[in-house]
Amino acid sequence: MTEKDALFEYCLRLGDSSLILGHRLSEWCGHGPILEEDIALINIALDFVGRSTSLLKYAAEVEGNNRSEDDLAYVRNERQFRNLLITEQPNGDYASTIVRQFLFDAYSFYLYTELTKSKDSTISGIAEKSLKEISYHLRHSSQWILRLGDGTEESHNRTQNALDNLWRFTHEFFEMDEVDTMLVNSGIAVNLSDVKSKWMDKVSEIFEQATLTIPTNSFMNTGSRQGKHTEHLGYLLAEMQHVNRSYPGCNW
Amino acid sequence: MTNTTDTQWPLWEVFIQANPGISHKHVGNVHAADAEMAIQNARDVYTRRSEGISIWVVPSNQISASSPEDMGSFFEPSNDKPYRHPTFYKIPEGVKHL
Repeated sequence: MTEKDALFEYCLRLGDSSLILGHRLSEWCGHGPILEEDIALINIALDFVGRSTSLLKYAAEVEGNNRSEDDLAYVRNERQFRNLLITEQPNGDYASTIVRQFLFDAYSFYLYTELTKSKDSTISGIAEKSLKEISYHLRHSSQWILRLGDGTEESHNRTQNALDNLWRFTHEFFEMDEVDTMLVNSGIAVNLSDVKSKWMDKVSEIFEQATLTIPTNSFMNTGSRQGKHTEHLGYLLAEMQHVNRSYPGCNW
Repeated sequence: MTNTTDTQWPLWEVFIQANPGISHKHVGNVHAADAEMAIQNARDVYTRRSEGISIWVVPSNQISASSPEDMGSFFEPSNDKPYRHPTFYKIPEGVKHL
């Protein structure tokens, strides 16, 4: 594997996670629990889609194969997507959406903090811009974890269920393969074991305040780095890619 | 302030300061369970396009208002007393937001 291949792959991983979670959040549009929260979530969805545009554009540039960010978003199949499994999980109830968001926001916060130091100036530039948004996302989702976890009996139970269900997708955040090691060595990528301890401290602190318990079962899902996804991604892509697949190259 | 029955969270009035040194201006309202959520919601609804640098939120039910019947006695008597208006002064050059 050349460093170019590794960088392309690395940008896809970052960009795809952002795109797929952004799409999931956009499904809440018009369905939020209250008008203000609907607006907040859709703002966040737009931040994610915007970030994925920058990252996939750079991926296409690195690849140098005349593809655009739209080609990468709309004309790849399930097995070619590199988004983390947690990002494709269905919205479920509001507690599930918030737990998914909090776990991922806390991860993004520490990951992008490190990425601002990347030796690749495009990546560090995108990270710099994203970090302001991510700080706000994390503030929003942490607040909701506290409210729901330490709220009523029903909100507590729903949030605990969501955490029990989604925790198994978090181990994958910190896996590293050849792509990571190669780019860590050249100062472009982030050593995820450094991110892990900070992330663990943060989520433990918030969950404890929210009277929620981190599950102790050890089963963990993995596979996104090889394009092996849960059954939910295919349906999501069918909807997201439908227009472009039906009318290739159409403009609007 | 609203007279219709509102089944959502309490209402908060939102004030935004656009630039340093000028007063906060009323821009609208949001629903929120408490002050912290009200500020967050106000940020999302009213300041996404660099409209401000500071937000105030005030519970709508804490605002006392004059009634329409008082309009005459409150506001009209000053119309024929031009000396109450500071229009005879020149505004020094360079003073903004006056």
